[in-house]
Amino acid sequence: MHEGGSAEHRVHPTADVYLRVGAVLVILTVLEVGVFYVPAFHPVLVPVLLVLSAAKFALVVMFYMHLKADSKFFTFLFGVPLLLAVGVMVALLFLFFGALTLRGAPGAG
Amino acid sequence: MTHAATTHHTSLGLDNRKMAFWAFIGSECLLFTSLISTYLVYKGRSVVGPYPHEILNIPFTSVSTFDLLMSSLMMVLALAAVQRGDMKWGKIWLFSTALLGLVFLGGQVLEFTEFVHKGLTLSTNLFGCTFFVLTGTHGAHVAVGVLWLLTLWVRALQGKLGPANAMTVEITGLYWHFVDVVWIVIFTVVYLIQ
Repeated sequence: MHEGGSAEHRVHPTADVYLRVGAVLVILTVLEVGVFYVPAFHPVLVPVLLVLSAAKFALVVMFYMHLKADSKFFTFLFGVPLLLAVGVMVALLFLFFGALTLRGAPGAG
Repeated sequence: MTHAATTHHTSLGLDNRKMAFWAFIGSECLLFTSLISTYLVYKGRSVVGPYPHEILNIPFTSVSTFDLLMSSLMMVLALAAVQRGDMKWGKIWLFSTALLGLVFLGGQVLEFTEFVHKGLTLSTNLFGCTFFVLTGTHGAHVAVGVLWLLTLWVRALQGKLGPANAMTVEITGLYWHFVDVVWIVIFTVVYLIQ
């Protein structure tokens, strides 16, 4: 059955787009590891890593999982639990640390 | 893109299997976030070692991360090949994806073995417990994905996979890419932010 008549009919990216996204993902990963090893970045290590990680996450979800081109309902099905999950994580961190932090207690692992 | 003749669409005009699978991925988000949250809540609360900075091997895990990212690229190339009916390349990319998944699993087995030899087990401390549960659950998902991919590959070899089954490959891809995005988060939160 062809999809042409359904609301789901969307054009997926071409192999060329997939390769470009793959190259960007590799560059972002190299940047992540590079930032980890450069002492000058240590004061801003956590926000920089979170931004780079979020960029990789978004690229995979938008292009490889086709959410950019697919029905917005799929974005809803994925986005609502994701927002709920992030909200729960932030609430737990506030509950246990008193403030939003990803750092552990000093001197411990 | 074509569907198998048995495909049903919902009243929204969307493929019912794809819609159900996105709902499943949403529930998986909640599962992995609960495990990541548990890791973060207990981060830095271990009273005995080994501690993360003493044991985590960033260069090794960076290679594993690169491996999983490349497997995601192979997966979308497999989907593109199947959609255009190029089953020769479809089979090659499907097998490559499964192979890279196996390499990732091999790396995880090596990492876990090394950690156990260094004294970190599930019951050593809070770090060991939360680390092994989180990365082990992810590894189990990768293992399921590899089996799924190999099943598709065998079906392709038997001539039972073609453009008419492209949605099956797309749904497999959704699962595989989700496993990849979970690792993107784990790599940052567990390995790089110590």
